[in-house]
Amino acid sequence: MRAMLRHLLHLTLLEIKIFVREPLGVFGSLAVPVLLFLVVGRIAIGSANDSDTREAAPGDIEFLRTDLPVFVAVMIALSAVLSLVTIIGIYREGGILKRLRATPVRPPTILLAHVLVKLIFTAAALGLMLLAGRRFYPVGVDAPLAAFTAALVLTTWSILSIGFVIASLVPTARFAQPLGALLLYPMIPLSGLFTPVETLPPALAAVARFLPLTYAVSLLRGIWSGNPWSAHAGDIAALVLVFVLATAVASRVFRWE
Amino acid sequence: MNPDLVIEVDAIRKAYGPTVAADDVSFAVRRGEIFGLIGPNGAGKTTTMECVEGLREPDAGRIAVLGLDPVRDRRALQLRIGVQLQEAQLQKRIKVWEAVAFWRSLYPTAIDGDPLLRQLGLHDKRDAWFMTLSGGQKQRLFIALALVNDPEVVFLDELTTGLDPQARRAIWDLVHDIRERGKTVFLTTHLMEEAERLCDRVAIIDHGRIVDVDPPAKLIERHCPQRTVVVATDHDGAADRFRAIPSATAVRREGGRHEIEGRGDTLVTDVIHTISEHRMPVSEFRTVLPTLEDVFLTLTGRSIRA
Ligand SMILES: Nc1ncnc2c1ncn2[C@@H]1O[C@H](COP(=O)(O)OP(=O)(O)O)[C@@H](O)[C@H]1O
Ligand SMILES: [Mg+2]
Repeated sequence: MRAMLRHLLHLTLLEIKIFVREPLGVFGSLAVPVLLFLVVGRIAIGSANDSDTREAAPGDIEFLRTDLPVFVAVMIALSAVLSLVTIIGIYREGGILKRLRATPVRPPTILLAHVLVKLIFTAAALGLMLLAGRRFYPVGVDAPLAAFTAALVLTTWSILSIGFVIASLVPTARFAQPLGALLLYPMIPLSGLFTPVETLPPALAAVARFLPLTYAVSLLRGIWSGNPWSAHAGDIAALVLVFVLATAVASRVFRWE
Repeated sequence: MNPDLVIEVDAIRKAYGPTVAADDVSFAVRRGEIFGLIGPNGAGKTTTMECVEGLREPDAGRIAVLGLDPVRDRRALQLRIGVQLQEAQLQKRIKVWEAVAFWRSLYPTAIDGDPLLRQLGLHDKRDAWFMTLSGGQKQRLFIALALVNDPEVVFLDELTTGLDPQARRAIWDLVHDIRERGKTVFLTTHLMEEAERLCDRVAIIDHGRIVDVDPPAKLIERHCPQRTVVVATDHDGAADRFRAIPSATAVRREGGRHEIEGRGDTLVTDVIHTISEHRMPVSEFRTVLPTLEDVFLTLTGRSIRA
């Protein structure tokens, strides 16, 4: 147990260093979401102020106050998952996973280290986004930061487990990014992010209820608006269930080589 | 269990669907030797080696490494062996010293990294990313990683495949050094020259089956005892003189160039004796000895390069 934690710590630190050296690694995972947040925010407030009344329309303000931050947070989580799927594909194809498995490292430790790296970068991206938001975001940011960060980490952790299932399915590393995107991004319009799930056509609403992202969006939106955790016990349970199911599937179908 | 046998493989079998990669494979590796599993691509070398390392589980048969079962006692065994896998990579942007430091952190006891890198000629590359290393440097790094836990047995799978001859020679010296340090080396190769240069004993494997096991010289003696002496001389009647040698089985002549084929240790001496007895003026003299390639050809009817 002690050795396992030590291996996990060493490997996580090592993988962070390596990720930072990737071209676009830090830029893509930290700068892009922050810029997305600020730039889209500017555009939205601009168009709101251009409308006939001097005051911004309430819908636009609502978009700025909740929808956009939650959307950027979801993008941070999804891009972490895509990055994980790609990395696992490359590591498998290059025999890196196999080489590590021929050492005393326990196989789950290898994967857990990558999960930790992704969670750390998710939290960092979010932190930067909120910090930058305080200064530069048109409507400011007054959300419970620690709670929201925890909610996003929980969301990312849950969806990362789906990433391992996707990583098991992709035939080669080259397909990891496009296939992952194809499976993950279509969840966004159904997740209730821009259109409440209740207003979707019944068939789509039914589909939405099976998507983990729907629960993630509900949780993130609620925590962002200041709801207590207890109001989202159902969302949390759903995300934990997704994690348990996906991990169970991944542990059966995951390919090391 | 014989304490001198570091690896014992007894009738293992491993199939991937309809492909039988290892079929009734048995051999033993002695303490302190360099043992080679040799055969063409697809013969089942990697499969067999990875079963011995505990990375794959054979469908049938029994394996003992240092008295341990590679699958059941995998964790205990991993601390005492070092492996280099065929075609493995590391993270593109991991630095040489980081790889060594991380590998050292995985074992309860590890040797110092700096002397190891120095010994393998990687010291000035310690800050280089893995992706910037040459093929030979990558393989030397993998050797370093295989040695970091001061293992008793070292596994090397196709260590020099894809390297240029100079890098290959440098690696051969390193493998000899490993044995000098008292370790047992189990390697695979499809290069017969490499096997002859490096291995104390070899097992020839073809289509998943072991064909024969022995030191290279013994295999050659057993399966290809014929040797050839080439002599160029314009001495009249030289061919008849050579034909009179009892150990010569055939003599071919092309102009002044004679190929004397025969078997047994005395052939070369006999030819020299005949030359000097008849005072033949000789402009070329060379002996052609069979190699493991010829042994493979004799045993399987196919060239190993095919
Ligand atoms: N993981 C695998 N799945 C299916 N077939 C395999 C696998 N590994 C090896 N084989 C097949 O088993 C045979 C032996 O392969 P291998 O052990 O790699 O031989 P060698 O190392 O001598 O080249 C080959 O026919 C190869 O295609
Ligand atoms: Mg092989």
